[in-house]
Amino acid sequence: MSKTSVPPITRTHDNVFWFDGAQQGRLLIQRCADCATLRHPPGPACPACRSFEWDTMESSRRGTLHSFTVIHHPQDPAFTYPLAVGLIDLAEGTRLVADIEGVEPGDLQLGMELEVVFGAHAHDETLPRLRPVPAAATPSEPDGITA
Amino acid sequence: MSQTFSRRAAIAGIGATEFSKDSGRSEWRLACESVLAALADAQIGVEEVDGFALFTMENNPEIAVARALGIPELKFFSRIPHGGGGACAPVQQAALAVSSGVADVVVVYRAFNERSGHRFGAGPPPFAYAQNTDQEYRNWINPYGLLTPAQQEAFLAQRYMAKYGATSEDFGRVSVLSRKHAANNPKAWFHGRPIRLEEHQSSRFIAEPLRLLDCCQESDGGQALVIVSAERARDLPHPPALISGAAQGVGPQQISMSSYYRPDIDEMPEVELVARQLWQQSGLRPAEIDAAVIYDAFTPMVLLQLEEYGFCGRGEAKDYLLDGHLEVDGALPVNTHGGQLGEGYLHGVNGIAEGVRLVRGTSTNQPPKAIDNVLVTGGSPVPHSGLVLSADR
Repeated sequence: MSKTSVPPITRTHDNVFWFDGAQQGRLLIQRCADCATLRHPPGPACPACRSFEWDTMESSRRGTLHSFTVIHHPQDPAFTYPLAVGLIDLAEGTRLVADIEGVEPGDLQLGMELEVVFGAHAHDETLPRLRPVPAAATPSEPDGITA
Repeated sequence: MSQTFSRRAAIAGIGATEFSKDSGRSEWRLACESVLAALADAQIGVEEVDGFALFTMENNPEIAVARALGIPELKFFSRIPHGGGGACAPVQQAALAVSSGVADVVVVYRAFNERSGHRFGAGPPPFAYAQNTDQEYRNWINPYGLLTPAQQEAFLAQRYMAKYGATSEDFGRVSVLSRKHAANNPKAWFHGRPIRLEEHQSSRFIAEPLRLLDCCQESDGGQALVIVSAERARDLPHPPALISGAAQGVGPQQISMSSYYRPDIDEMPEVELVARQLWQQSGLRPAEIDAAVIYDAFTPMVLLQLEEYGFCGRGEAKDYLLDGHLEVDGALPVNTHGGQLGEGYLHGVNGIAEGVRLVRGTSTNQPPKAIDNVLVTGGSPVPHSGLVLSADR
């Protein structure tokens, strides 16, 4: 099998909290400590008030599908194709990109409800993945980590 | 302000290698060949070149080309980031340099073996693996499988379709139009090879909703442009293509090909920003543009740009196309060289050369009307750039 072309994650002072959270199955969102504006992807300052002070909040991991693509070509060994990738509107208001599991590509619909779980990705990273919300009203596993 | 450079500089020479899938020679040599061809076209001596304006992605630095061609002195050299998005910006740099007297003869070139060497469509480019802030944005797309421009731009196309009822066939008509123009352009890779909409519709999916025939080519080749003062250009053999507008733009929360965190991801405020500057600099309105070269790495972006530049309302570009406005005899002939879908993918710089030919009256698909002003655009959705080239009358 050929080598993945996915670049290794670039961890910085600004974003390492997010990857540490993902490792533990927690979806964190950066929050301005001064004006409480949420931001993703992470950055050093709040674009709304320019504060460098921030903390985080934990996301409900629920949202709706804002857009998606189904990828056929080219194919990278880190994924199975056709590969559905989505952009989700999280309930908290920020957006997130992740690959989608558990939905036939033809069944994808803008606005459909999805939840964020965590799973293994290239370079042994634990990262978000999207999947349909199970019939039960609560997220299916306490820490959101799938096998 | 902007009046200080509008119509004070001109593109006086254009030159290119052949556009192929395997040039069989070095990128360095392609750069040199295209520079010599553009200087020969302008009838300006090689030793007179005193400036270069390039892409940061250009693999052939100005000093390598100056050395290879025996250009003795360079007084101005600058680089513009963002690949095809920045395509028109080196011309802005050149126009600023010659209109301010910093340099007299500035050459812009883009040369690569983008098919036989590293292919942008194959995955992240070599520089993507640098662990720095410039590439950090990849953290939020690449690990999930969005690895190529087509995959990254598909989100916008999907959203645009849902919002305005555009279909794959609407995108396909952009491709059909470009291939029709390319079929009549001997320089085009797809010369003599038009396509029907059914061929577009039956081409395989790359990243839904984008099909193979929604995607531009990957090409080997070099294209160069020579920029001098308008005054100097008037004494040269070809009618000058005056640079009446040249602008760059970055919009709110801009990210390279993944500005996914704006309220409306199918809108491109950086394009609107460039449009606004071009109209202000040139004193023109969209209705006064006689032809356009719209960056066509992927077909949906042609429709979105037509809307951002104000040629039609949001969501209306598919109907504007369907009504024949983009044809050679239409109100706004578009991509008369065949575009990057049909002629070749020189990161937009071959489109600037077509803008010059339209102003000169020498396109292989020259519209049957006077061409006074041509819009040329860079790629989107990345930081954007654009030009208005005008006839000297």
